[in-house]
Amino acid sequence: MTAPPERRQGFGMAAPGRPAPQQDGRAEEAGGRSADPAGQRFAQGQGQGSRSAEPEQDSSAERQIDLLPEDATVNLAAERKAAGIDELLDALDRELVGLAPIKLRIQEIAALLLVDQVRERFGLAATRPSLHMCFTGAPGTGKTTVAMRMAELLHRVGYLERGHLVAVTRDDLVGQYVGHTAPKTKEVLKRAMGGVLFIDEAYYLYRADNERDYGQESIEILLQVMENQRDKIVVVLAGYKDRMDEFFASNPGMSSRIAHHLDFPEYSLDELADIAQLMLSEVRYRLSEDAEATLREYLSRRMQQPRFANARSVRNALERARLRHANRLLSEPDRAWNRDDLMRLESADLLASRVFSEPTSESPAS
Amino acid sequence: MRITQGTFSYLPDFTDEEIAQQAQYAIDNGWPLSVEFTDDPHPRNNYWDMWGLPMFDLTDAAGVLYEVNECRKAYPNHYIKLNAYDARYGRQTTALSFLVNRPEVEPGFRLERQEGPGRVVRFTTYPYALDKPKGDRYGS
Ligand SMILES: Nc1ncnc2c1ncn2[C@@H]1O[C@H](COP(=O)(O)OP(=O)(O)O)[C@@H](O)[C@H]1O
Ligand SMILES: [Mg+2]
Repeated sequence: MTAPPERRQGFGMAAPGRPAPQQDGRAEEAGGRSADPAGQRFAQGQGQGSRSAEPEQDSSAERQIDLLPEDATVNLAAERKAAGIDELLDALDRELVGLAPIKLRIQEIAALLLVDQVRERFGLAATRPSLHMCFTGAPGTGKTTVAMRMAELLHRVGYLERGHLVAVTRDDLVGQYVGHTAPKTKEVLKRAMGGVLFIDEAYYLYRADNERDYGQESIEILLQVMENQRDKIVVVLAGYKDRMDEFFASNPGMSSRIAHHLDFPEYSLDELADIAQLMLSEVRYRLSEDAEATLREYLSRRMQQPRFANARSVRNALERARLRHANRLLSEPDRAWNRDDLMRLESADLLASRVFSEPTSESPAS
Repeated sequence: MRITQGTFSYLPDFTDEEIAQQAQYAIDNGWPLSVEFTDDPHPRNNYWDMWGLPMFDLTDAAGVLYEVNECRKAYPNHYIKLNAYDARYGRQTTALSFLVNRPEVEPGFRLERQEGPGRVVRFTTYPYALDKPKGDRYGS
């Protein structure tokens, strides 16, 4: 990444002095929102004294205006609906198979934040809970997917300013030489502020065999920001459970700053089959009755084989079945195919997989 | 003497919250922000030091405020400014630039008169702070 050349030196203050909101048409759109602070200033004259009278969207002003009388009551279900939490939790339930303990925890967190919000309106002090998390589980058990939903949820309940997810691994945080790591880690942290920083396979940050590894420096910066910028960023660490436990054992500082440890269980055969159905219906395909049985057979074999990656393996298997399906249709150029033919995967589309021919093969299934 | 420079020079100093709001406005417009500092208060001083690289790919102003505060920690008694650069073709210039930190005491400027031939007088403004070497100018 290089800066435009003219940025090497300061611009001095001879820069164009036009106030921001008049720059282009977009200023109009932003006008009603707090994103246009300069506009507000103009509307209110230049004195700072007159500011508090304006209905600003900034939270401190809101707090004062909305303080409820002591005998008031609130309807939490309505509050939840208004914040769009119901919608999000329903989608989570619909679009992710299984994961009951995870879903429960997400629901609890949503409830806590909502109740905190309402408590605040009664003037009851609410300390901001720490929400750094650790997601453990095998590959393809939905850790990244859930982190993305979590970011969106935390945004809706007002815990995070933006709710985007920045997913990184060791390479994005740790540098190659002295003095390289701190700027790299800080850069990533800055990008993630307002949202969730998702560190996949976080245990690679710590190398027990090399105490001068630059990963340690990265961990220290992470810890500092996780503590001091708690209201700006949520850090989620992800990886295998056993290796994450080792990581925490050698980094007690990290362990103590993580409020929620969520373990993602491996999916059962039934759940994998349900996930397959869900993925297919998303792209408007379906399985014939035969194919359904074949898929179960495929999955139970695949589960025994090396490098099984739960839902991700399901997704890959279906992608390949779609390839074969398309090829099968094209291989009979004289036949007329109807709408259902275009949607329906047959047993044959799955049976061609190598999973059926070499059940204990080391090579990746295809 | 309170020095004013940049986009909002006619306003009282911004609070951190106001700084964050301006930074967010720049981010939402796709203008990367950068932090610069100096202890040479002359208005014609174009050569401020960069505090790190410009910040690309930010979503939230919290990252900007983080660097502003880091810079304040290192140079509490310097002038610090935020620049937002609009890289779009046809603009390619600083879109927004304002002070976010100033020394506690600002001694101001001396007016010097140089008398030339006839009745010509040339005027120069000279910051008192410049009597001391770089780094020692505002006490720290
Ligand atoms: N419970 C689930 N229901 C439906 N799809 C799932 C489920 N869990 C994972 N997936 C899908 O599996 C794929 C891999 O999931 P991902 O979140 O990347 O796993 P991880 O990060 O744990 O390796 C994604 O395409 C995701 O949509
Ligand atoms: Mg993942």
